[in-house]
Amino acid sequence: MSEIAIRCEGLSKRYRIGQREARYKALRDTLTDVLAAPVRKARKVFAGNSSAQNFNGQESIWALRDVSFEVKRGEVVGLIGHNGAGKSTLLKILSRITKPTEGFAEIHGRVGSLLEVGTGFHPELTGRENVYLNGSILGMRKSEIERKFDEIVAFAEVEEFIDTPVKRYSTGMYARLAFAVAAHLEPEILVIDEVLAVGDAAFQKKCLGKMNDVASAGRTVLFVSHNMQAIQSLCRNTLLIKSGKVEAFGNSKSVVVRYLAGIAEMGSEVRWPEESAPGNQEIKLTALRVYTDNAAEGIYSSSEELNVEMKFTARSKHSGLCIGFDVVNSEGVVVARSYQTDLPPEQWPEIRLGENKWCCTIPRGLLNAGLYYVSPRIGVHNMYWIVNADPTIRFEVILDHGVSPFWNTLNAASRPGVIAPIFKWAS
Amino acid sequence: MKVIEREAASETGRLELPKVIPSLTIRPVSGWSPLGLKELWEYRELLYFLTWRDIKVRYKQTALGVAWAVIQPLFMMLVFSLFFGRLAKVPSDNIPYPVFVFCALLPWQLFAHALTESSNSLVSNERLITKVYFPRLVIPLSAVLAGLVDFAIAFLVLIAMMFFYGITPHLAVLTLPLFILLAVLTALGVGLWLSALNVQYRDVRYTLTFLTQFWLFATPVAYPSSLIPEKWRALYGLNPMAGVVEGFRWALLGRTEPPAPMLIVSSAVTLLVLVGGLYYFKRMEESFADIV
Ligand SMILES: Nc1ncnc2c1ncn2[C@@H]1O[C@H](COP(=O)(O)OP(=O)(O)O)[C@@H](O)[C@H]1O
Repeated sequence: MSEIAIRCEGLSKRYRIGQREARYKALRDTLTDVLAAPVRKARKVFAGNSSAQNFNGQESIWALRDVSFEVKRGEVVGLIGHNGAGKSTLLKILSRITKPTEGFAEIHGRVGSLLEVGTGFHPELTGRENVYLNGSILGMRKSEIERKFDEIVAFAEVEEFIDTPVKRYSTGMYARLAFAVAAHLEPEILVIDEVLAVGDAAFQKKCLGKMNDVASAGRTVLFVSHNMQAIQSLCRNTLLIKSGKVEAFGNSKSVVVRYLAGIAEMGSEVRWPEESAPGNQEIKLTALRVYTDNAAEGIYSSSEELNVEMKFTARSKHSGLCIGFDVVNSEGVVVARSYQTDLPPEQWPEIRLGENKWCCTIPRGLLNAGLYYVSPRIGVHNMYWIVNADPTIRFEVILDHGVSPFWNTLNAASRPGVIAPIFKWAS
Repeated sequence: MKVIEREAASETGRLELPKVIPSLTIRPVSGWSPLGLKELWEYRELLYFLTWRDIKVRYKQTALGVAWAVIQPLFMMLVFSLFFGRLAKVPSDNIPYPVFVFCALLPWQLFAHALTESSNSLVSNERLITKVYFPRLVIPLSAVLAGLVDFAIAFLVLIAMMFFYGITPHLAVLTLPLFILLAVLTALGVGLWLSALNVQYRDVRYTLTFLTQFWLFATPVAYPSSLIPEKWRALYGLNPMAGVVEGFRWALLGRTEPPAPMLIVSSAVTLLVLVGGLYYFKRMEESFADIV
């Protein structure tokens, strides 16, 4: 079982900046150009994305640069990196959606790729019809879909609605069915983008379980996730990509630690301009910061209350919105997750149209010393994530909340334990 | 039998590695690549499902789905019969004008519809293109094929009309599938060019309406090609739809000589456009996912 499943050698991909915007380029203009300078410009019409073409002085970016790595057969490899690091581009090349500009990749085995769940789902078609359509789009044979049909429907828990058009499905049902089809793919190599973040908690658990099955069934898997814990529990090795280059490849735990440590330039506050703010049309996160009433930037003592402030703009008042964050430690373990909806409904802060500024207080004397990251999360309750980001800001906690003389005299900066609360004692 | 199969599959649970593992090397594209028709064949089930989707959605969304396939050519026939047949007294080779024009409208509509759908197909299937791999040719191909259902429905109307006017087809009717094929291939050929161009230049879509309108009048739908002097007729075949439409009339109504020279020219043009389209499409294929 030591054979190679995927081998990449110097893989690079260059995109022209504004290549997508170029769509507004009018044929009319190009035709005029062609007439004006026949030989030179006519090539433009025929220029594919080949490496041979000159980029006509257009600005371009390397979404991937000289990426080389090997994945053995049966290995489950995680792929992490910031937004825009080039993860999707790598997956797209491996699944043949786009061609590399330079370098090559060798693939030994059939590749199934899952860059999105529910690709090709049509709202007018019934669940049953969509299972067939989507299955065949993902590369299953008709006979294979027929064989697995009942299993898929049972997995998605939509038996009684299978002959209803999916436009009548709730978002959760839709996501479950879409994932269920994908989960029953059986290629030798599976390439997966962040798609597990669908459905409610129970279903997510089921998905992770399914992933585990896939992993233990001897399939080769390359999978992107923002969930550092999932990465660590599912993958022995992880590939970290930074600005299109391989930053680290090896044992998941150490790569995750390195990734999180690499966020060092990250401050304890971040603000997004309107255009690049995470979110969708309805709601956009505009700023996130951690502060206390009187501490130096980014380093706080555990004896103070910590405030996590989230600013966001809302365009509508969706009733199911959950707004919150994860606190992640330097090993990628989620120490705590909090939403406004953890409170009884009458205590939820009100979502106003336009600007909102919410503050969540982490009680004093809870966190142990160490580095922490905050990953903002906004979702529609039990349905899907609108914002499901990587660790975005970081802060450091220094332990000083012990009243006992022994607490602070310890040389070690932290006590053993993921958290360091003070419990009541009595006799 | 089925049940046993399923149990066996879930029992082993483990992946059974096939004896021969397909290997593949992904490289940058360089220049003109082969058409990959063999791969297209491997994806025939996807072609089937996408065509089936287009048909299903078309007839589900418009409650009038079937009626629409009939009403459109029927209405055009009425307008044409009134203005060209009655008022302008356009000759119709001694065939009742309504049948004459309807018989031409059928392949025309098949062509025009297939052309529009295939030209827009890549753009409207953007999600598929950016998220899944398959030979992109499947997309315009399925768009063209889906149009055949409309054609089949309208064809029933034509049969009824021929019956009504007491026209019985000759043996020539056996060649009809060839003309249908020619119409489909022409639409596909032009559609391939336009769909690939449409990804890059979004104003292609607006040009399309103009193009089909212009093309309609350049095609002997409302008038017979016998209006054109004999010696120019082969040249007229440079418009492949002229060959298709006249061929259609000949096969079904069969009053005139077979339009042989015109047909040869038309077929040659279609072949040229199609092969050119296939290569151009293939050439552009690699960049679809990046720019669509
Ligand atoms: N089709 C495209 N055209 C131009 N630039 C692109 C295209 N797709 C991705 N990019 C750019 O390539 C870089 C890598 O993107 P991506 O692979 O999506 O990163 P990730 O998946 O890690 O978030 C980004 O800077 C992105 O803007």
